[in-house]
Amino acid sequence: MNLDLTFVAEIIAFALFVWITMRFFWPPLMRMMDERAKKIADGLAAAERGVRDLELARERAVAILHEARSEARTILEAAGQRSAELIERAEKTATEQAARELQHGREELERAWEQARLALQKDVALLALEAARQVIAQEIDPARHAALLKSVAERLQ
Amino acid sequence: MTPMQYIQEHMQYWQVGKGLLSIHLDTVIVSVVLGSLFCGMGIWAARRATSGVPGRLQNFFEILVAFVDQQVRESSHGRNRLIAPLALTLFAWIWLMNFMDMLPVDLLPRLAHLFGAPHFKAVPTNDLNLTFALSVSVFLLMMFYNFRVKGFKGFGREVLSRPFGWYAAPINLMFRLIEDLAKPLSLSLRLFGNMFAGEMIFVLIAALLPWWFAWIPGLGWTLFHLLIITLQAFIFMMLTIVYLSMAHETH
Repeated sequence: MNLDLTFVAEIIAFALFVWITMRFFWPPLMRMMDERAKKIADGLAAAERGVRDLELARERAVAILHEARSEARTILEAAGQRSAELIERAEKTATEQAARELQHGREELERAWEQARLALQKDVALLALEAARQVIAQEIDPARHAALLKSVAERLQ
Repeated sequence: MTPMQYIQEHMQYWQVGKGLLSIHLDTVIVSVVLGSLFCGMGIWAARRATSGVPGRLQNFFEILVAFVDQQVRESSHGRNRLIAPLALTLFAWIWLMNFMDMLPVDLLPRLAHLFGAPHFKAVPTNDLNLTFALSVSVFLLMMFYNFRVKGFKGFGREVLSRPFGWYAAPINLMFRLIEDLAKPLSLSLRLFGNMFAGEMIFVLIAALLPWWFAWIPGLGWTLFHLLIITLQAFIFMMLTIVYLSMAHETH
């Protein structure tokens, strides 16, 4: 069993196959595997980030809810205060109005009373005058009282 | 046909030409067909490869590539872009050629006779020409990297001063010569010896036992030999990786 051309042929064939492997399919397959590993790593990282984001969002939601609740309470309190204020003011206005009306009424009453009194006074005066005129008409003696009447008339002028 | 004639028939190559300029057509044809098969499938897998969900063929080749890449990473520190693809080619090619031993011992020879081949040895690794072609290629690469990585002076210093120091330079040189020449020799002879013995046992089973009984030891040896062909391909690959990475290392 001697070495012969088969030996050389096989060396050439071997070199060729190694070259093909090294040139055409080892690097692409390696690259694919590395890329896939990277993709998987990225996917895992993204999933983890998603979980963290969800947690953050949940916390934020709770915070917002909390804030909204406290805001609502503030608004309710303000509304209560305002309504109390309004009621108080309305009461005050009403009281004042009532007082004013009462005052007004009283004044009116007083004026009416005064008017009535004056009218009555006038009537009484007229009545007294009439009575006095009638008494005087019976009693008067023009001769005797001429000087007196005359002085009164003078004073009237 | 007597058993002796049957065995002798199976020992002969399909040889064309005389002496140094002859060539074993059976070895060359089977090895080139199998190597092309491997490379073709590899290229096909790489063409359709995707970094998304891989197909079956791509999966298969990725397993091979990842397996060899891991072996290379574990045993070699420097990154040489040649070692890993070379190791993969060696493993796959040797395994495929060894696998020809698993086919029925007369199948390929009978087929070859139909095409006019006088003799036909189906297992290319059962040919010293091929195993030496592989191991000598590895040896040449070893020497190439020794000189390229360490330089002429560095490699000379390593050869002359290790392992016993400068004063024992001639002994060191002799040790190194024996050591380095033993590497390709042992690589090729180990593979050849295993495959030769395996093939011989199949031939003996077929030659000496009656046909109605031969399949029992034949099946047993096939199962056992399946381990051997894988192991031999793996050993050849691993030793090649180790030798080539040793050529890169400065002590």
